[in-house]
Amino acid sequence: MADEPLVLGIETSCDETGVGIVRGTTLLADAVASSVDEHARFGGVVPEVASRAHLEAMVPTIERALATAGVSARDLDGIAVTAGPGLAGALLVGVSAAKAYAYALGKPLYGVNHLASHICVDQLEHGPLPEPTMALLVSGGHSSLLLAPDITADVRPLGATIDDAAGEAFDKIARVLHLGFPGGPVIDRLAREGDPAAIAFPRGLTGPRDAAYDFSFSGLKTSVARWIEAKRSAGEDVPVRDVAASFQEAVVDVLTRKAVRACKDEGVDHLMIGGGVAANSRLRAMAEERCARAGIILRVPRPGLCTDNGAMVAALGAEMVARGRSASAWDLSADSSLPVTDTHVPAHEAVHAAAHAAAHAHSHVHAHAAGEGH
Amino acid sequence: MLLLAVDTATPAITVALHDGDSVLAAESDVDARRHGELLLPAVDRVLAAAGARLDAVTDLVVGVGPGPYTGLRVGIATALAFGSALGVPVRGLCTLDGLAYASGLDGPFVVATDARRKEVYWARYADARTRVTEPAVDRPADLADTVAGLPAVGAGATLYPDVFPDARGPGHQSAAALASLAAELLAARPLPDGGAPAASGGPSAPSGPGGLDSPGAGFLPPLPLYLRRPDAQVPKNYKVVTPK
Ligand SMILES: [Zn+2]
Repeated sequence: MADEPLVLGIETSCDETGVGIVRGTTLLADAVASSVDEHARFGGVVPEVASRAHLEAMVPTIERALATAGVSARDLDGIAVTAGPGLAGALLVGVSAAKAYAYALGKPLYGVNHLASHICVDQLEHGPLPEPTMALLVSGGHSSLLLAPDITADVRPLGATIDDAAGEAFDKIARVLHLGFPGGPVIDRLAREGDPAAIAFPRGLTGPRDAAYDFSFSGLKTSVARWIEAKRSAGEDVPVRDVAASFQEAVVDVLTRKAVRACKDEGVDHLMIGGGVAANSRLRAMAEERCARAGIILRVPRPGLCTDNGAMVAALGAEMVARGRSASAWDLSADSSLPVTDTHVPAHEAVHAAAHAAAHAHSHVHAHAAGEGH
Repeated sequence: MLLLAVDTATPAITVALHDGDSVLAAESDVDARRHGELLLPAVDRVLAAAGARLDAVTDLVVGVGPGPYTGLRVGIATALAFGSALGVPVRGLCTLDGLAYASGLDGPFVVATDARRKEVYWARYADARTRVTEPAVDRPADLADTVAGLPAVGAGATLYPDVFPDARGPGHQSAAALASLAAELLAARPLPDGGAPAASGGPSAPSGPGGLDSPGAGFLPPLPLYLRRPDAQVPKNYKVVTPK
């Protein structure tokens, strides 16, 4: 175990300044500084506010992670950082800091993909990922169905949202219900006391001719908002718990239905669910039930590892080191729309182009599914 | 002493290495959109040109702006991470002070850089080493009376010739000037205990009107001089739900 790679990972793609340290698939530290409270009154993440917070939190969070892990920066085998996708200005703070640390310490630098990191983090919870793994990533920034034959080199987008991310829909409905930001946790809590069958909200893109693995939450969002408004203008009380439960049921039904179908179609017997929405208790319960019925093994990391964090970046970085993947060059740049097929950003253009072409040859739906970013 | 200075607060990506006596190596590139990409390779080349390794650096100095935020943060994040990894103090200097120092002027003048949105970042100086106003951001037309008759240094001056008819060089920031200014400041204020300040940023020079110890011409904490509040806008693709 001591000869497994010791890697520090930095994540700044959205509003969390995350620094994690792992040894192979063992988590040693997971330090996070969040600016979520500063965004709450705007009802969403304000990029400039996030970038300012990242710069202030960056070095203290790195130092806290090193202290928690009880390791010396000199002993690291590499430094990994989210190169994209995400908010450009926010990513740039992490990439700049990671490059400087790696350069100053004489360590290899790995610019890695945020979405692939969300998948790889499960290694810290449930051990090495089976190959291939099916992954459903759902958060305020992304809703993607990904097939990962090799998390360090081959991740294929099967489907993604064509409008809102799942987490975004939670935030918006919470706002219509005056429940604050972020919306996920509070809707989850209220929904437990409501009736999920009380209101039949629409299931987007589930018709026979719709894209099998794509998602749409915009119509659902509008439908829920109109239903609430109709109640209000009729002078009736809005049954908040029932609305929350019925809305949540519609989202979770579509997510799990499509994920299980993708597993069956691709002959994959493992499903991993990651991203902030994976913390949703109903999503976990329904996925558990449907996977069990289909003979699929479900892997969902604990909530703290599902939201954006540095440990997931470190986990993917450690896998890059373990598999001898090329390190990034000192001119690594942040790429706000890094395609999910670019699992990392290796130094040589030639290598990069070849990997990119190979990945695209396999992907049959969305070349830019990851471009939705945050 | 081996002092590394970086500044990315303006379109220039600029790096210099100073040994206390002179600049050993320096490099500047002007590319407003690629600060993040270009800075570290520039540091690498400057160190190589001087035959030095980063871990020999004893002092870090970074231009803290004012400047457009995204680029500005690259230099500061880099300097702070170097400081943490090496255990070396990081000091900030006002970016406008570097331009003022490089001008070599010994009478009153103004420094102006491009703040975009039809505004300039600017400050007034009594001479190349003495800033007499806090850096500010304003529309050039609103400054016309304040800066009338004064020579003006920096790319912000050449952008608005009506307001700054007497534009002088240099147009772009150079870390060599920043490093030389920092070396002068360090030489002028030996610490009581003879050691370097332990904390990032160290204490700022004591205030006093004029000279190197004035608040405007001394070291600053290594934090950005934004001068503007953040635009409180959620991303463009964020659709607001308004029930009809
Ligand atoms: Zn994420």
